[in-house]
Amino acid sequence: MADVPVLPDALRGPWLRPDGLTLALVALVAGVSVLSLGSGAAGVPLSRVLPALAGIEALDRRDAVILWDIRLPRLAMGLLVGAALAVAGGLMQGLFRNPLADPGLVGVGAGAGLGAVLTIVLGGSLGAWAGPALVPMAAFAGGWAVTMLLARIATRAGRTSVATLLLAGIAIGALAGAATGVLVFLADDTQLRDLTFWSMGSLAGASWVKLAAAAPLILAVLALAPRLGRGLDALALGEAAAQHMGVPVERTKRLAILATAAAAGAAVALSGGIAFVGIVVPHLLRLASGPGHRMLLPRAALLGGALLAAADIVARGIVAPAELPIGVVTAVLGAPVFLWILLRRAGTGAI
Amino acid sequence: MLEAKGITLRLGRAEVLRGVDFFARAGDVTAIAGPNGSGKTSLMRVLTGEAPLPGRARLNGLDVARTAPGRLAGLRAVLPQAVQVAFPFTLREIVAMGHEAGEAAGQGGVVEAALAAVDLADKAHRPLPELSGGEQSRGHLARALAQVWEPVGPSGPRWLFLDEPVAALDIAHQLQVMRRARAFADAGGGVVAVMHDLNLTAMFADRLVLMAGGRVLAEGAPADVLRDEVLEATYGCRLRANAVPSFGPWVLPQAVAV
Repeated sequence: MADVPVLPDALRGPWLRPDGLTLALVALVAGVSVLSLGSGAAGVPLSRVLPALAGIEALDRRDAVILWDIRLPRLAMGLLVGAALAVAGGLMQGLFRNPLADPGLVGVGAGAGLGAVLTIVLGGSLGAWAGPALVPMAAFAGGWAVTMLLARIATRAGRTSVATLLLAGIAIGALAGAATGVLVFLADDTQLRDLTFWSMGSLAGASWVKLAAAAPLILAVLALAPRLGRGLDALALGEAAAQHMGVPVERTKRLAILATAAAAGAAVALSGGIAFVGIVVPHLLRLASGPGHRMLLPRAALLGGALLAAADIVARGIVAPAELPIGVVTAVLGAPVFLWILLRRAGTGAI
Repeated sequence: MLEAKGITLRLGRAEVLRGVDFFARAGDVTAIAGPNGSGKTSLMRVLTGEAPLPGRARLNGLDVARTAPGRLAGLRAVLPQAVQVAFPFTLREIVAMGHEAGEAAGQGGVVEAALAAVDLADKAHRPLPELSGGEQSRGHLARALAQVWEPVGPSGPRWLFLDEPVAALDIAHQLQVMRRARAFADAGGGVVAVMHDLNLTAMFADRLVLMAGGRVLAEGAPADVLRDEVLEATYGCRLRANAVPSFGPWVLPQAVAV
């Protein structure tokens, strides 16, 4: 049975092929998006959202503000953050040749958290100067700094040791966690409340301004990631085998690390710590359609975005008019799935 | 032509290769044999660019250490001793990865033909980790074959580097794999194989390079190299070539037509 090219060349290669699963994921994203835009404490009902978006129906001023300035940026942030976390998870898992790897594992999350906590507790007058962008910026800087430090530690004579990276990441993550602990100890009651909410994650602070700062970075990673697919596939056979198959191994590893730091850092900066999306999404897709990263990474972006946007609907709806931190929702939904995966793997002797 | 001159390689404090000169011709099966730890695999790693030593190894005239991995991948494929695959790729996906790395990427039917060449056409859609050790080993050989499917390409002969290609195989598949390597060389390609089985080496190799202690002890046609005193010096135990034991059964693949 020969391979018959069924698509023009422009649609082959690293890009998403419009097969059944991909179309289903696109439909899922669309469906969750419409639901998300139509649900919420203050009412712009579902029946009016689509006509309003299409420009057929004019909304009154209050509803227009709700739709365009609150719900749409919030939806966009959910889709982007979910996509960034899932793609970062997929990249880490490919890089570490381990289906249980996650950006949190290499200290990126802890570094970002430390950046955020630093500004919440010690920011004071800085906060007045830099405004609402301060905490996200500091979180991003923290994640980035940890990644750069790790890359320095793990690279000897131009070669990056993935094992050293992982172990150093655990050590630096623990240090960042300890520093965060000291700051929490120093914090006053108001700051503690801010810290708690930030650490559990939330899309509540969504705004076009914040999105404008982080979206280009996330979109760049989403565009780059599938191009690393062939290299990551080959790396599954080990670095030597990948090199023998023509993959520039060092460049692939470095790009994957940078892309992960950028995506995970930007995601944490936008929405705080959101657990499990990064681990669970790529794993589910691997079970559904195989481990090839060229398909896995773009599909992870779709499924991750849809899951986070859906979790946000739950977070807003379940205790309305208040809302749960979205990290609580993803953890409650994600942890059992993760446990199920672990048990399945333990049963087959794969752990 | 594959040429390597004065290869000295240190791993940590140990000197695993001491001034090794090596060559292999396209059209030949060149076997490297020797006791465990003699430096065979280290030599392979230098020859394939995995342990880069600039100026020391040349393949078809290209400095192996300074040639881009993508260019080398079009020229030569490598079958390592053992490969651990991290994710449950199917056999077909693994072989397709090799095929995509070669110069003939996208040419229809190569993946299937490579799978058929190692007797695994019926297992194409099974995840690799579910196959037996020998089947996985043959699967990786199919991957290497699919990468350099035509023994001669536009820029000269292509090469197969095989590190213990028959170690995990039953005798029928040992013969099948060695015939496949022989055919690749007969069609103009080059084959360099690390071998432990001296009988199969004698049957299929044109040249044999015997190594011990990081040096080349003897090289030449197998008939010239496989002599009692050379074997005893290499392996450090008593060995007799062409002496039939008078006790116990023995099975010689040489007894049937190749």
